[in-house]
Order: sequence, then structure tokens, then C-alpha cells
Amino acid sequence: MAKTVKIMLAGEGGQGVQSVAEIIAEAANEQGREVLYIPNFGVEQRGGVSIAFLQIGDSPIGSPKFETGDIVVALSDRAITRTVQYVGPATVFVYDAGIEGAQTHLPQNAGRVLGIPAIDVAKRELHPRVFNIIIMGAVIRATGVVPEDAAKAAIEKQLGYKFEKDPQLRELNFKAIDRGAELVAGRL
Amino acid sequence: MGDKPIGGEKRVFMTGNEVVAYGALAAGADIMYGYPITPQNEIMHYWTRMVPKYGKGFLQTEDELSAGFTTIGGVLAGKRAFTATAGPGNVLMQEPMSMAEAMRLPTVAVVQQRGGPSTATVIYSQQEVILTTMGGNGEGLRVVYSTATHQELFDYTIKAFNTAWKYRFPTFVLGDGYQAKMRESLTLYDPEDRGIEMVVPEAFVGRSGTPGVDRPPAQYRNTYSMEEELAGALAENIAAYEKAAPEISEYEEMGTQDADLVIVAHGVVSRAAKLAARDLGKEGIRVGYFRPITLRPLPVKRIRELAGGTGTFLVVESAYGQLARILMEAAFGAAVRIVPLYKPGVGVTSEEVVTRVRELVGQSL
Amino acid sequence: MTIEPVMPKCWRADTKPHKFCPGCGHGLVLKALGEAIDELDIQDRVVFGCDIGCSLLAWDFFNLDTVQTHHGRTIPVITGLKRANPGLVGVAYMGDGGGYAIGAQHLVSSAARGEKITAILVNNTQYGMTGGQMAPTTLPGQKTETSPYGRDPETTGTPTQGPEMVATITADGAYVARGTVFNVRQLKTFLKKALENQMAGRGYSFVEALSLCPTNWRTNAEETWNMVNKVMPEYFKVGELKVPAGMGGQ
Repeated sequence: MAKTVKIMLAGEGGQGVQSVAEIIAEAANEQGREVLYIPNFGVEQRGGVSIAFLQIGDSPIGSPKFETGDIVVALSDRAITRTVQYVGPATVFVYDAGIEGAQTHLPQNAGRVLGIPAIDVAKRELHPRVFNIIIMGAVIRATGVVPEDAAKAAIEKQLGYKFEKDPQLRELNFKAIDRGAELVAGRL
Repeated sequence: MGDKPIGGEKRVFMTGNEVVAYGALAAGADIMYGYPITPQNEIMHYWTRMVPKYGKGFLQTEDELSAGFTTIGGVLAGKRAFTATAGPGNVLMQEPMSMAEAMRLPTVAVVQQRGGPSTATVIYSQQEVILTTMGGNGEGLRVVYSTATHQELFDYTIKAFNTAWKYRFPTFVLGDGYQAKMRESLTLYDPEDRGIEMVVPEAFVGRSGTPGVDRPPAQYRNTYSMEEELAGALAENIAAYEKAAPEISEYEEMGTQDADLVIVAHGVVSRAAKLAARDLGKEGIRVGYFRPITLRPLPVKRIRELAGGTGTFLVVESAYGQLARILMEAAFGAAVRIVPLYKPGVGVTSEEVVTRVRELVGQSL
Repeated sequence: MTIEPVMPKCWRADTKPHKFCPGCGHGLVLKALGEAIDELDIQDRVVFGCDIGCSLLAWDFFNLDTVQTHHGRTIPVITGLKRANPGLVGVAYMGDGGGYAIGAQHLVSSAARGEKITAILVNNTQYGMTGGQMAPTTLPGQKTETSPYGRDPETTGTPTQGPEMVATITADGAYVARGTVFNVRQLKTFLKKALENQMAGRGYSFVEALSLCPTNWRTNAEETWNMVNKVMPEYFKVGELKVPAGMGGQ
């Protein structure tokens, strides 16, 4: 029985961190795993740093939020500042290498700090809109919480109606998963 | 118009607010009255989407006073009526619920606790325990279920309607913002398939026949001219409540036999407490876990038994001793020592509970 | 030989004489209401809701299913009831404090939503049950326990024009009138139309009744009648303010 994996995703509103968390959660749930996902929310409808707390395991999950993530992903300057408190000696901290000046406030106590060029890859190789799907690929490869095929199936379930109209979109999303996975492969 | 909204057992993955809407639907609720307040809004959002499909009713009122009093109106008409609220809305809700208490009306209210006092946060707390159990200018003759998982949120939303209509006391499902907004899996079912018989509601007013001709008029009041008259009515209601309390009260426990330290928590915090007890057990530190499911009426008998045979209760809650207060009242006179782990307005993790227990165990060595 | 007083059929004889003060206007309003219910033959489907304030004394007044609620909260109770069982005829009976002060949000919102209920508000220019305090309807210069030197509009405003407000915020289909216990026949007509309008499902129905409180006004019979017949109508115009199409005006 695997230990519960604690995943935190943080970014600016519109970067799609909640969608990523939701798709991974759905995929893991489909696999029959124990899953608990909760977004942070405040009085603002929009704006502010958006954080997703996601836990996946095989035994009942405790508190909905956690103190220390196994993997913490920060996708903006503000998200880095906001999430360092969730980092511990065993945490893998992932951030987008394109964030300017990120180096100055990265966590000092993380087990591992990984900068990945997700924004850059999205823009140059795929499409900016699948930036969050690249992140998703990176997260599932880094944590192994769900097989990549299960993630693709979950995307299909959620966006299938769009893929029907535009099959290229499916290709684009699936490729983004693979590319995201490649960005962290061998670096952990 | 389908009578059976949920056919067969169905494993789903959804937010707690959606679970409540499905629970009410499964229970055969007829009409919801509500006023927007975070974090309960999505209960109304999901319910209003189900309304046309299943022939249900909904009214968005002008405030929570109205939400509570219209719910009372629905109940008087003989419908399974319910409402949902949180925080400052729960404060206003106490006025109508005190009328329901006075008149023994089977209202159902779901409360998704948020931070307090005042507006505070829209996120989470367990700070509405005293308000929900004892709110109003009365004696707290009401039922409060504190849920911990989505499965329970579904189970107890269904059960709340039956408890309310069977015993005729206002009934609350006490959740919180975390439960409202988080997603986890649960199994939806039709209560009948599980052998749960739903109590059939009866109209208080507007039954057939002309009042005063075919039958006496049905006249309900909450006002009394004389102290003795009130005392008589109260004595009757209190006796009914005391009689029902042992049947209604529920709890959950684990490893409490001969445990010198028992972690006590309720609601979503009990998940962390339970996990902590389990993890500590693996380390060879034996601690018990106890959780009242009904915060009103409390499982007093079991609490007193435990309080008599346990050295320490570590009371863990996202409030400043609200659970501890009602627990101490129930355990009054027992030797048990109450040690707090209070985190008003924020969540508690199992790691924090483990750390606190280690400190306590270290002290006693 | 005793002559039995003539009571509306839907009155409850075993609770008479009623609990209101001698000379109170409530009995007259409730008589007009009782006769209207009798004439419409709806005793079997009316649910009567009464507020806190003197109106609560009506909780066992009729042979009608009745619920006595909290101060200002009769409108939401009757609204919830009517929404849950539209076959009933819901009557929310309250005083000026209940409708225009503590329960004003319910009056405004139920009117704006066009709830299919009949709200009856008894205006006696002060709080009766609590001992004669200033109400939203207290007249300028009128002395009450909390305006002992007379109501000063500079600091406490002017008398609430309830029916005028309700007429303004309701949609077509609403029936709004102001009657008076000085003219019970007309008041009965207004109440009957307010009930009929609900039964026809046209819209909101609201009747204010100018009434008397000799106990707190500390007036003799002549002064009492003068107040309701001469003084109050200077501020509160008696008549129909809004009549739905298809329903004849008075």
C-alpha cells in the first residue's frame, strides 16, 4: 500500500492549476485510489494566487489540507513566495524556469528544486493554452500517482466533446502530457 | 418526472456541497429555501439544477431569517423542506430555528461552518458548534450531526430528514467549508435500497376538512401568557428530548479500551485525529480515538464511561474550546484531564496531533 | 333573554370574548376579514398567520388553521407555506412595527417577488403590546413613550407610507389598498378583493387597515374616533392604490 502523496499546485488565476488538479484527481479516482482535492478559496472571485491541495493514496485521507507537500509546483513569482511555507526537506519543488528573478526566493530547504521550461516549451513547440497540461505531465511523472494513459483518459473524458470537433486538439493535449513528463524524466 | 433520482449504488467523486444536494434529493426533500453565503452556495446551485427534472421547489429569499422562516412554512405545509447556511447566516438562522424548537417543527438545516467571529473567512472553521447546538433563546432542543467524510455528508443529510420528522426537533447537519469545497469519492444510493424507510411528512396546517366544522382548527403558537403555561410546554418538550436523546446520539471510537490518552475530535478534524491515533499505534504509542457524531444530544453515557477510565482527553478542534466546553459539561465530575489542541479558524493535520501526543507522552514518562 | 352577538361563521366562539383591550381596532379588522372569508367560502383552505405585537392575540381567534410566528416574520412563514402548497390561501396578519420596521425587508422582498399571499397590516400609529412606543407610522408631533415630546420628523422621519411603497414596487397583478376601521364595510371589500386576487394567482395582495389604540393613545371615545377618522387620513389616504386589470375598482 503506497503512502499518500501530497501534491500542491500554485499559480496565477487563469493558469489552470485547478483544472490540472481536478483532472489528476479524476484520473486517480477512476483508478480506484483514495483521492482528496480541495482548492483554496477566499472572498475574491478572481485574482490572487490560486492553490490546489491534492492528496492521493490507498488508505483514507486525513486533513484536507497539509503542512508539507511531497511535490510543490509554483507557476508564478507570487506563487513561489506563497508556497515556500509548504516545503520541507523531502519536498520536490518545481517551478517554471521562465519566471524572472525566481532564483532569489526559491526555497532553501527543499529536497530538490527543479526549474522546468514549461512556458517556453508550450509557446515554441505546442500552444500556450496547453501550458497547464505540460505541468500535469510533469507532475504525474514526478509522483507516479497515475499512469500517463489514465491521465489521458481523464482528459478525454473532460474535453472529449471538444476533441470530437477538433481532433488536433487531442493530439496537442496528449503531446503536452508526454512533453511534461520528459521535462522531469531522469531529473529526480 | 422521475421518482427515483438515484438508481442503484453509484460511486461518485464530487464536492461536499454537491453531495448535500444529492443527499436531499435521495431523502425525497421537496423544497429548499436559501440565501447566498459562502461556502454553502453550491448546495443551492446544484439543487436549482435538479429542481425542474425532479419536480422540486426552490426559493431564494431576502436573508437567512426569511430562509429559516420560509423553511418553517414549508414544513407546516407538510413538505420535507430544508435550508443551508454558514457563519453570519447561521447567526440569523437561529431566530427561526428557535421557533422551530419551540413548536417542535421538523426543519432541516445544513451548516457549512466558516471562520468567525463576524465575517472573518469564507473558508473554514469549527466555530459554530456552540451556536448550532445551543443557539436561540431556548434550551437547545435540537439535533446536530457533525460529519467527517463525503459519505457521511450524504448519509446524514438523508438521516437528518428522518430524525427531524420522527422526533420533531429541528435538525442540523454540521459540515464546514473544507467539506463543502473538497472533492472525494463516496457511494450514492437510494435509501430504500438500503432498507432505510423514510418517515412520511404530515401537514401541520391545511389538512382536509373545514376547521371548526369537520375538525378542530390546527393552531400553533410560541407565545404564552403565563409562566406556568410555558413551564408545562417546556417540561413536555424537554421530557420528549431526554427520552429521544439516547436513541439519537451517535459516536465513533477506536482503541479506547484501557487507553490512558484518548484523542477527541469531531467533524473533519476527526480524520486527522483518527490517522494520528493509527500512526502512533504503529510506533507503539497506544492512544485511543473518540468522536461524537451527534454534538447535540451528545453521547453522554459513553463520554462519562471514557472520562471515568481515561487519564487524558486531548481535545483537538478548529475552534477555541467549543467542543471541549460541551465535553466537559458531559464529563463533569470525572477525573479525566482535558488537554487542548485548539486551532480556531484553521485546519488541523495529523502530524500536528502526533507531535502533541508525543509531547504529552514524553511528559508522563 | 340574552341575545347572542352575531359573529362571522369562521370565528371561533369558544375563544370569545377575545383578548384585545376594550375599544381595540383589531376586533373590527378581524370581523371584516372573517366576513370576507365567509363570503368567499374558503374557511377550509385559509391558513392565518399572525405576528408578534397585539396581532399575536389572534392566534386562536378563528376556526382557521393558524400559526403565530415571530415579530416581523409572518410574511416569510406564509410565503414558505404558500410556495410549498399553492392550494392554500395564505394570510399574513401583522402590525405596523412588524411590517414596516423589524420585518420591512420581508414586506419589500415578498412584494417585489410578487408572492401569491395576502398581507394585512394594522396601522395604529404605535407599538401597542410593548406599551406605546414610537412606530414607523407615528404621526409628526404625536407623543409616544419613546417620543415623549412628540415625534420630530427632523430626527425620526415621517410616517411610513406602506401601501404607496408596495404599490410602487409590485408588478401588475398586485392588489394594494388602505382601508380603515372607520368604514368596516369598505375594509371588508378590500380584504375580500385581496383574498380573491391571491386565489386568482394574479400577484401580491396588500391591505393596510387604519386602526385604533385608545389604551396607548390615552383617548376617550370621541378623541379615538376623531384620530382615526380625521387625523390619520391626513397622512394616510384611504382607498385602493393598485387594482389588477380584470378586477373592478371600488
